Amino acid sequence: MGNEIAITLKGDLGAFHLDVDFAVPMHGITALFGPSGCGKTSILRSVAGLNHMAGRIAIGSHIWQDQERFVPTHKRPLGYVFQEASLFPHLSVRQNLIYGEKRAKKAEKHIRFDDIVDLLGIGHLIDRSPMHLSGGERQRVSIGRALLSQPQLLLMDEPLSALDRMAKDEILPYFEALHANLKVPILLVSHDISEVERLADHLVLLKDGRLVNSGPLSDVLSAPDSTLAMRRDFAAVLPAQVLRTDEDGISALDVAGSEFLVLADTLRPGDAVRLRIAASDISIARGKHASSSILNSIPARILGIETLGATEASLRLDIGKNHPAIVRARISQRSLAALNLQIDEMVIAQIKSVSLAANR
Amino acid sequence: MIIGTPIAWWLAWSKSRWKEVVATLVALPLVLPPTVLGFYILLALGPNGLGGWFGPWFGLRTFAFTFEGLVAGSVLYSMPFVVQPIRNAFEAIGARPLEVAATLRASPLDRFFTIALPLAIPGFLTGAVLGFAHTVGEFGVILMIGGNIPGETKVLSIAIYDFVETLRWREAHILSAGMLVFAFLVILTVSLLARRSGRRAF
Repeated sequence: MGNEIAITLKGDLGAFHLDVDFAVPMHGITALFGPSGCGKTSILRSVAGLNHMAGRIAIGSHIWQDQERFVPTHKRPLGYVFQEASLFPHLSVRQNLIYGEKRAKKAEKHIRFDDIVDLLGIGHLIDRSPMHLSGGERQRVSIGRALLSQPQLLLMDEPLSALDRMAKDEILPYFEALHANLKVPILLVSHDISEVERLADHLVLLKDGRLVNSGPLSDVLSAPDSTLAMRRDFAAVLPAQVLRTDEDGISALDVAGSEFLVLADTLRPGDAVRLRIAASDISIARGKHASSSILNSIPARILGIETLGATEASLRLDIGKNHPAIVRARISQRSLAALNLQIDEMVIAQIKSVSLAANR
Repeated sequence: MIIGTPIAWWLAWSKSRWKEVVATLVALPLVLPPTVLGFYILLALGPNGLGGWFGPWFGLRTFAFTFEGLVAGSVLYSMPFVVQPIRNAFEAIGARPLEVAATLRASPLDRFFTIALPLAIPGFLTGAVLGFAHTVGEFGVILMIGGNIPGETKVLSIAIYDFVETLRWREAHILSAGMLVFAFLVILTVSLLARRSGRRAF
């Protein structure tokens, strides 16, 4: 109880009904994911106290809202990054950055100005006016401003969606650096699954104002009957550990006791990374082929078979040795019949390509 | 300004259904003939109205035909010119900067002074200039409640009127030209100030 972010909300916002009850851990990045209008942003605004809905919001042992109390926004130790950077135009970048820092309690100060400026690479912008920054730079400053208010929880409402592809690629590494260097838990609202795959540790899946599923990223992604798993572009995301790096640029990774080979020459043994395996990149074989250009042929147990339209099927596979590691394979109905695949059967998963979702 | 700002703030953010009623009341002096307004203010300030209640506090029997009465009348009369630009400025800022400030731990008062006021400066300049200029130039209301007592409630615009009535063209010329130059300078100064702060007031 004490180490969770517990959120219960119920109420109407216009024509829209929200009814959710979930808890997420007090560390790492938790993504609130769902289609537009599913209530993600309303939840985030309620956590910040910008909306007032009936419910209860507890951050660890601190209760921000319940039946008796409603802590006003400015008394909640949180940082909020809006979709648009929303920097104050009448203040310089430096004044923007320290706006929250000046107002934070002395005892709470654990994030230093210089560290944040370095981490976000905004040192050269500091004396400029926010009006003369690019979109990516502005959003970095606004993230820095939120962090310097010394939050115990960082809320981010689609911080990347207003940026173009280039600015996104520019800013993502800073996100990963934040995650690696700061202990502040983050609630991230997103409707972009690739963003979630890359950044999130935990996933809260929402639809039409209701909770669909919530838990560690890889579990929620590949859960049976999840609408996500039925998408054509589905990819499983698995945590992995680098075992060794060979001279030819191939690294060996450990995933739940199974060994994966990946083309990546920048990894060091011991690094924690996450693998992204698309459902369309896995094919199924009965026996191990002696010779093939495919690097990864991993024994797998079939956990479930679901039909995908009239012509295809999605197989839920466990490729872990020590503990379950779930991926999905998309194959044709014809192959399914030809191979006569059954639940609980052992097969070989031939994985055509594996990519790194993020360096951790 | 001091009375107008809170009204503008409330009009910009309130969701009350009285909002439009109050907005209409504030805007009334725009439409009413000054004499109508002056007549009601005269009644209100007189010994049988508010003036009779509050007058004794200032050692007066009534506010009508006094300098204090003139000031009160002018404030009411110029209210729409002050409230409208400030309200527009607050609305143009929108809720977002204030929400951002709230998530950065600024209390409501803090938000007002560090975010809303600086961002609304052009609106304040416009409001101040229009209010001031309008007060200097007003005629009808003053005539009704001021009574044109020399040294007490004689104002420039009425003085000019008197000079013209009595065919003293030279004095009328001097005062009129003075007002013309004065008005020009005030508006020019504010425009320059506004451009300096990066935005235009008009």
